[in-house]
Amino acid sequence: MNSGHDLGGMQGFELIAPEADEPVFHAPWEKRAFALTVACGFGGEWNIDRQRHARESVNPALYLRTTYYEKWLLGLQTLLIERGLVSEQEIAQRMAELAQAPLTEPS
Amino acid sequence: MSGEHHHPHDHHDHDHDHDGDHDHDHAALADTVLRTKALESLLIEKGLVDSAALDELIDTYEHRVGPKNGARVVARAWLDADFKARLLADGAAATREFGFEGRQGNDIVVVENTDEVHNMVVCTLCSCYPWPVLGLPPVWYKSAPYRARAVIDPRGVLAEFGVTLPEDLPIKVWDSTAEVRYLVLPQRPAGSEGLAEEALAELVTRDSMIGTGLALPVSASSTVANAP
Repeated sequence: MNSGHDLGGMQGFELIAPEADEPVFHAPWEKRAFALTVACGFGGEWNIDRQRHARESVNPALYLRTTYYEKWLLGLQTLLIERGLVSEQEIAQRMAELAQAPLTEPS
Repeated sequence: MSGEHHHPHDHHDHDHDHDGDHDHDHAALADTVLRTKALESLLIEKGLVDSAALDELIDTYEHRVGPKNGARVVARAWLDADFKARLLADGAAATREFGFEGRQGNDIVVVENTDEVHNMVVCTLCSCYPWPVLGLPPVWYKSAPYRARAVIDPRGVLAEFGVTLPEDLPIKVWDSTAEVRYLVLPQRPAGSEGLAEEALAELVTRDSMIGTGLALPVSASSTVANAP
């Protein structure tokens, strides 16, 4: 599928910026998004091709402006909703509850 | 659960440009953090994932699996012609000899840099990378500029990494897929003849195994142990 992910040969991007002594993750939430995605995939809920498809099916403008683990998170959410494992309403409700709670848990 | 706290300003947002719009970025980050927590708590509640298993996964890829694995493989290949032959014939099978196997490494193709060719690896469509030998990819490997330009201007990309190759040395760019991941076998540095496997491994940088770098010169090995 030709969409936002099909970047080979696209022109106009900025210079590559290799980061010295780069950490594996750049924020606590990235670790959790990574592990949740791998755990669900490894648990056999779906395979890597389904995951890729979920990440690559987003609107190309959204694809290009989201960070790597944001794409993972959105892809995970898409698959969970598709499979009926979690509903959009449950996610929205839980986010609202957590927004009220003090931020003392891992992010 | 670990004892980490929410520090929004620690987020290094490499994929966005930095022209401004920080309020929007912060709001988006707050939403992302909340969404991550919400999904984790719902999945744990439903018994779909286990919190300890998540911690274990994070620890594995943050601390245990990384380019030091690949460096050992390369050093062995430099020393042992039979191992090198096995590595080039079936990268995944040869790296399993070290116990390096698992996710995102079922099929690893090893491409050898020589005086006749320089190899460089990209994943234009995503971020495919040989996890068992290199760990998780750095941000630049997953970034749009690298994925876009590696296939049309490899020499320009190498220049951004400070690497200049002879004009007449052909560059082969390998575009990874979910099924096949590539590992570059860099050229062994001149003057490394007497070195043992461990010392050789210290010359093998992550970037030299992606093809955006070269193995370190021997003289630097004693001072630069953790170059990318």
